[in-house]
Amino acid sequence: MALQITQSCVNCWACVDVCPNDAIFQDTPHFLIDDGKCTECLGDHGVPQCAAICPIEMAIVDELGEFLNPPGR
Amino acid sequence: MELPVISNTPSESEGGGCSSSGCGTAPDALGHLPDHIRAKVQDHPCYSEEAHHYFARMHVAVAPACNIQCNYCNRKYDCSNESRPGVVSELLTPDQAIKKVLAVAAEIPQMTVLGIAGPGDPLANPGRTFETFEQLSARAPDIKLCVSTNGLSLPQYVDEIAKHNIDHVTITINCVDPEVGAKIYPWIYWENKRIFGIEGAKILIEQQQKGLQMLTDRGILVKVNSVLIPGVNDEHLKEVSKIVKAKGAFLHNVMPLIAEPEHGTYYGIMEQPEPTPEMLQDLQDACAGDMAMMRHCRQCRADAVGLLGEDRGDEFTLDKIDVMDVDYEAAMVRRKEVHDSIIEQLEAKRGNAKPKVEDLGIPAESRPVLMAVAGKNGVVAEHFGHAKEFLIYEASPAGVRFISHRKTELYCGGMDSCGDGDVVDAGATESLLDRNIRILEGCEVVLCSKIGYEPWAKLEAAGIAPNGEHAMEPIEDAVLAVYKEIAATGKLLPAVDSKKVA
Repeated sequence: MALQITQSCVNCWACVDVCPNDAIFQDTPHFLIDDGKCTECLGDHGVPQCAAICPIEMAIVDELGEFLNPPGR
Repeated sequence: MELPVISNTPSESEGGGCSSSGCGTAPDALGHLPDHIRAKVQDHPCYSEEAHHYFARMHVAVAPACNIQCNYCNRKYDCSNESRPGVVSELLTPDQAIKKVLAVAAEIPQMTVLGIAGPGDPLANPGRTFETFEQLSARAPDIKLCVSTNGLSLPQYVDEIAKHNIDHVTITINCVDPEVGAKIYPWIYWENKRIFGIEGAKILIEQQQKGLQMLTDRGILVKVNSVLIPGVNDEHLKEVSKIVKAKGAFLHNVMPLIAEPEHGTYYGIMEQPEPTPEMLQDLQDACAGDMAMMRHCRQCRADAVGLLGEDRGDEFTLDKIDVMDVDYEAAMVRRKEVHDSIIEQLEAKRGNAKPKVEDLGIPAESRPVLMAVAGKNGVVAEHFGHAKEFLIYEASPAGVRFISHRKTELYCGGMDSCGDGDVVDAGATESLLDRNIRILEGCEVVLCSKIGYEPWAKLEAAGIAPNGEHAMEPIEDAVLAVYKEIAATGKLLPAVDSKKVA
């Protein structure tokens, strides 16, 4: 169970700082989530932290490809 | 020591007026500033209208993350062709930032201030922000540090700010009412959750006000920035101004909303109108009764370098800094010399009281006149067609005061002749020259070093008198001289007829 970052990412670092598992790393062209480390914040927080702070719509998806921040919020 | 810079309260009766180059300083507006605060801001270009002609500052973009969403902001900030807050071309690590600051401070010895202003919120990036400040205090202790923030995390970091000797903080406060806030901030990130609407705005406002109080209690200088959003917070900002003054902020900077559709912000896409220069000025004047207002802000980028209004960031990209050979010790000595000499020059200037306007024979009932100046470094220095901005001054029997700046779009290619300015943007309905003349609305005179025949005729047709006779003169001297000339014609006095009717 892990989230993923899409090509909408603008590399603002916000998610990196709030991830409780240090699962997010810098890559080109955008940040990526280590699926071995990501727990979707279960056990740490009520909601996935990367999605709670991400300023960009459609930048984070779950395993089913659903946007955590869909367009128009 | 008088520091005639911060205020621009219109002087009502006696006691105001133009005493030196920091015009428009009414003693009452400076009255609330103790000497030690004036001393702190006299060489800070973003706080002192006078200082910004002489001292330079830079921002380093080490703080990309943000913890709130504002409707005037788009986080795709990598466009180098734009100049506005939140926009940067090159994100830096703290180590890269220090290298850049030391190189700039060696090349531009007028530099006095390093600010961290984004492109996100500096306090949402505490590690990167405070590491940068810590390293710079160790390597260039003469450079002042300042930080700007949306205020959400401010209470949490006030002690850290004080510890790093950061004595200038800017908080962006757009509202004190959560219902207004909900129209500006769609959500905030707070206690590990995204909180929407009024509830989120309420938390943000509480944190901003708490942080402001904590800073002023510790003697840290606070400037408040507000974005003027017509129909959303325009009337409300008068209330904001009162409250932040009561809490001890020493300067209020009301800036116009930037909302072009192509910037991709919520307001841009929704076609939220930007304020006109007149709306901005009216609001600043309305707030000035309660608060020292700042009017020389250029809404610069989060990686701006140099004097305000003259970005030199292109000279200091990482690849260029890498090959620079900098002698840090020598640079610091040189900075000290340059700073001392500027301060000395400014003090001498303040000592040379200029003749009072009354002495020049301008009747007290003369009406005020707005003039646009193509100026640079405090003098009438620019060709009309080369001016990137016009500085707007108001001359009245009480003196000359700086009102605002208005940005232009260059129509003149910089060749020998000026052309007729009929360069039209694709899809634009008016020429750049016409557009520039339109932004000068309300002004009666344009002062510049030179002007072409075509713009001369168009300005006259628009009721604005072009004037190239004061090239290279200090701006306020030139404005006063022209005001005196107009006064001599008797055109500034109330018409006898209308007086009778009234």
